[in-house]
Amino acid sequence: MDVLLQQIVNGLVVGSVYALVALGYTMVYGILQLINFAHGEVVMIGALSAVFSSKWMLAMGMGPILALLLATLLSMLICATVGVLIERLAYRPLRNAPRLAPLITAIAMSILLQQIGILVFGRNYFTFPELISKTPLTFGHVTTTPNEIMIFVVSVLLMGGLLWLVHNTKMGAAMRAVAENQKIAGLMGVDINKIIAITFAIGSALGAIAGVMVASNYGQAHYYMGFMLGLKAFTAAVMGGIGNLWGAMVGGLLLGLVENVGLIFVRGDYKDIFAFVVLVVVLIFRPQGLVGERVAERA
Amino acid sequence: MSALLEVRKLEVAYGGIKAIKGISFRVDEGEMVTLIGANGAGKSSTLRALSGLVMPVGGTVTYNGKDVTGVPSHALVGLGIALCPEGRGVFARLSVHENLLMGAYARKDKAQILREIDEIYGMIPRLKERTAQLAGTLSGGEQQMLAIGRAMLARPKLLMLDEPSMGLAPLMVEKIFEIINLIAKRGTTVLLIEQNAQLALENANRGYVLESGEITLSGDAKALLADPRVKAAYLGG
Repeated sequence: MDVLLQQIVNGLVVGSVYALVALGYTMVYGILQLINFAHGEVVMIGALSAVFSSKWMLAMGMGPILALLLATLLSMLICATVGVLIERLAYRPLRNAPRLAPLITAIAMSILLQQIGILVFGRNYFTFPELISKTPLTFGHVTTTPNEIMIFVVSVLLMGGLLWLVHNTKMGAAMRAVAENQKIAGLMGVDINKIIAITFAIGSALGAIAGVMVASNYGQAHYYMGFMLGLKAFTAAVMGGIGNLWGAMVGGLLLGLVENVGLIFVRGDYKDIFAFVVLVVVLIFRPQGLVGERVAERA
Repeated sequence: MSALLEVRKLEVAYGGIKAIKGISFRVDEGEMVTLIGANGAGKSSTLRALSGLVMPVGGTVTYNGKDVTGVPSHALVGLGIALCPEGRGVFARLSVHENLLMGAYARKDKAQILREIDEIYGMIPRLKERTAQLAGTLSGGEQQMLAIGRAMLARPKLLMLDEPSMGLAPLMVEKIFEIINLIAKRGTTVLLIEQNAQLALENANRGYVLESGEITLSGDAKALLADPRVKAAYLGG
């Protein structure tokens, strides 16, 4: 029982990070029906940027909390720029091409960004400074750290903020309108390219935060970290119902839980297999995803 | 009267096949003009070119004295042209209210927008009853009303309607045309594309007959209604 509770707590922390990354996949899919495989690498760039900038800030004598905040903001800015550039340079020219072309381009962008990651940051594992305390806190039989609590709380706040943005603002309505029908949205005076760029920017900025979270949680970052994380988050998005914001969040949290609770029964090496088996099972019995459902559209 | 919309020698082609072969027509301020023709005559292609959804291969479109040929659709809204597309095109996953707000997307006067939405609700009470419902759950007729209401929220000088009667029950068609007439009476210029020639000519001031991408007849709507050639081809003798 204690083990189960502990694994649920661990699962929620990891799952909330998956959910943040999954949102990036699902937002882009919702609006372009494109799987942006480069999104995992955007997360990596966010993490590595934060490693270097926060270390520099600490060296300049800045306090850890301020350094974390500024480094995260900088990462968000860098990732949003990278995301918008990827869309502008790689995906937009292919917007009317057969679906396979942008898909292959997305994979190519993923590899390209990894290589750029090596060129800019290097091949090493870089340690992420402990900016928020990782001293264990024990509640009953469950142990966590201030860092983990921070990750979970910030993730939930960000998800709530995104939902609010998408459902309660004019820009959010435009995003949903573009996702549903680009041509008609254009007729309403929506600048579709701008909305798509904003979508990439928001998704990438969320990815940057997720990258900082992963780096801080594991205490390290490297150029290849985005690959498995991206794949997992993509799995989470599909599991929840790709294109659906709630789906990405539910899928992310669920995947984190499944993986960590699964660890009670299988050895750590099998953790990844567990996640993908769940994906296969969900896809067999509910191909539209757990939350994914469409409103009846009458002609 | 001055021409609000003037189309000269417009040509539209899809992959080398000409759908519109150099048509010219005009819509004067305050008029309701209809473009009628059989299925595939090129009515929708014409509208698509006018609304910036396809790039014409030849000809010019002048609106309010400005050349607007090939201007993208999102930029036309700001100039005062609104299109109510074929098949309604409401956002099924947005609420009725959100759909109407999308119609006013290019505007910034929030208070006035809300007042106008209330006006639309007054004109079409059915929409008011369903304001929070997702548009995808509305009936076809209700969706058409919503699409027209949404187009009006752009405060267009020129409202272009693409087959507003399509697929609707006769009673609903009557209601839709009541709304269109009301809009025209309030001073909005209307360009109406219709397959139902009788209905279109009964309501419009002037008409053009489109056949295989060319305008074959034009004139006063009442005169066209009485024209034996129109009668034979479109009004069932």
